[in-house]
Amino acid sequence: MCTMIAEKVELTGSAKGPQGWFRVAQAYIGYDHPVHADEEHALSLDFVNEDLGPAARVAVELDRHTARTLIERIQAALDEADRYEDA
Amino acid sequence: MIDTGAYEGMIAETTVIVGHAGDHINAYMARPLGPGPYPAVLVFHHLPGWDRWYRETTRRFAAEGYLAICPDLYHRQGTGQPDDVAAKVRAEGGVADDQVVGDAQGCVDLLRALPQSNGKVAGFGTCSGGRHAYLAACRLDAFDGLINCWGGRIVTDADDVTEKQPVAPVDYTADLSCPVLGLFGNEDSSPSPEHVDALEEALKTHGKAYEFHRYDGAGHGFFYDDRPAAYHAASAVDGWAKVWHFLQRTTA
Repeated sequence: MCTMIAEKVELTGSAKGPQGWFRVAQAYIGYDHPVHADEEHALSLDFVNEDLGPAARVAVELDRHTARTLIERIQAALDEADRYEDA
Repeated sequence: MIDTGAYEGMIAETTVIVGHAGDHINAYMARPLGPGPYPAVLVFHHLPGWDRWYRETTRRFAAEGYLAICPDLYHRQGTGQPDDVAAKVRAEGGVADDQVVGDAQGCVDLLRALPQSNGKVAGFGTCSGGRHAYLAACRLDAFDGLINCWGGRIVTDADDVTEKQPVAPVDYTADLSCPVLGLFGNEDSSPSPEHVDALEEALKTHGKAYEFHRYDGAGHGFFYDDRPAAYHAASAVDGWAKVWHFLQRTTA
């Protein structure tokens, strides 16, 4: 825990992990030493279901630039989705 | 030191220790096969969890003639793949310092009770494990030496403490009761060279025995040979040599 940058949000959705699809109930967002990415620190995004145990997890580790690009594209897709649904 | 004519063997296995609040937690233990007496090393794992590197490191200490134990400090958050458990711990803001100290006391009690023990115990840790080793060596009068490898957040700002980690370990330095070996990369940002300076100043202020080695070109985690971006071979080779020399001096 070198940065102590950690966020948690409750959400509803699904994710596919090694055991197949499962209901996602929480997301962890952190910025700390990654497990796999070749960075000293990385943005970690974990989709989990705490009721199903630690293995119910889909994880990504991104560099900051990539993470911001992802956020922008998600926002753009959601803006378009809003226009589609509201039409 | 390898003697090609000598018998060598070890046993390494998962066991259970009695940790903080009487909780039973898993621990990985490796020890030489023989009557001893052997010194011991309590190995504090890092943020990525109770993982393969830490099991290998625990066996490495045993191969060098130490009773080595590495408790799963994240055991209470569940079991499974180390990174899955570590993700949960990270989201919860880490584990409580009091809990880590209690788990360390349990390990020391076990190590000293072993019939092969010579009564000496050193602490070793990297990253958050370095912080936990420093914390335990300050709060427990139980260690004969402390090896802090790039422990992060030993030195923190006053507004960076949390309910689980209410005191920056550096503020316990007056209570430290054993010599310290510190290994740091000058390219690291946590701890940064300024953090290392502050820690060294605290050790000087309180008259503690210590030796720090700072490596140019090395960043965070320069021992991790499974992490190409972190591993820094020249620093790692020299750092491990410093570890063995320090243990020989403090725990023989």
